[in-house]
Amino acid sequence: MSETAVAPSASADPYSAHDEDALKDTLFTTRIEDLVAWSRKNSLWPMPMGLACCAIELMAMVGPRFDIARFGAEALRFSPRQADLMIVAGTVSKKMAPALKKIYDQMPEPKWVIAMGACASSGGMFHSYCTVQGVDEIVPVDIYIPGCPPRPEALISGILEIQKKIAGKR
Amino acid sequence: MLVRRPRSLTLGERIYLPGILKGLWLTLKHIFRSKVTMQYPEEKWKLPENYRGLPALVRDQDGRTKCVACFLCQWVCPPRAITIQARQLEASNVEKGPQEFEINMLRCIMCGYCEEVCPEEAIFLTKEYELTGRSRQELIFGKEKLLQIGGVRFDPIKKWAHK
Repeated sequence: MSETAVAPSASADPYSAHDEDALKDTLFTTRIEDLVAWSRKNSLWPMPMGLACCAIELMAMVGPRFDIARFGAEALRFSPRQADLMIVAGTVSKKMAPALKKIYDQMPEPKWVIAMGACASSGGMFHSYCTVQGVDEIVPVDIYIPGCPPRPEALISGILEIQKKIAGKR
Repeated sequence: MLVRRPRSLTLGERIYLPGILKGLWLTLKHIFRSKVTMQYPEEKWKLPENYRGLPALVRDQDGRTKCVACFLCQWVCPPRAITIQARQLEASNVEKGPQEFEINMLRCIMCGYCEEVCPEEAIFLTKEYELTGRSRQELIFGKEKLLQIGGVRFDPIKKWAHK
């Protein structure tokens, strides 16, 4: 009697390794942050901020050939209130910058930004007084995609990167 | 001249259902067509021979960096993405070489002018087209990285070896 009181056996422990193994096959456990991140990353609603020729490739990405619906981001929302990923596709002129900033501010948190193409990422060709030298001067950018314009595949790989970032991996 | 409606609607058009059925029939036919979607991360596009992707520096078969830092590509580059710092080479037939050779991939528009203008055939556009980065610094490629991407190109002439 006194022996068991001093050293309780492993099976008396409700959280023993043996029970956990048994539960693994029947239950799925996760943290709530992981579950939320998983659902966020698989249902990105992009705000297509198409300002120039990159927007054509953006449209191609949504179309049947490249089909962004395979990654759950096909619901392009033209209202910033319903979007959580802004894809800045094209040259941002100084005149457009306040509008872009306003649209970004109208998007609900959490939100992410992709700078697509040379112009949105860094100003590209346009070393000019009327062009914003990279959209990261006015909004925080998560992923930069070089190219003029990038292929739709490059944009899809950017969205996959954003998904990794949302899941907190890499 | 104004464009007028050619005629009023016929009875079939006015009762609306034949039009709907015709549309649905067209949609139904699309189910049996061949699929057009490219399963991107697994399946890649077949690139044409002259595809212009990211630029990169190359070495010749002896491992020599072919660039002689003539600054032509820096001069011709429309978005001014290329920055070169030259240095003098002592133990070589070539007088000059690049100390630093940076290409800002965010500026680069893959126009191929650098490849076209290069007198040494030292810079080429590769077939890389999917590149993403999380910061601007990440996408400014230095000399080592460009040489690594470019790899080796066979040079049949080797003009500097016989000077």
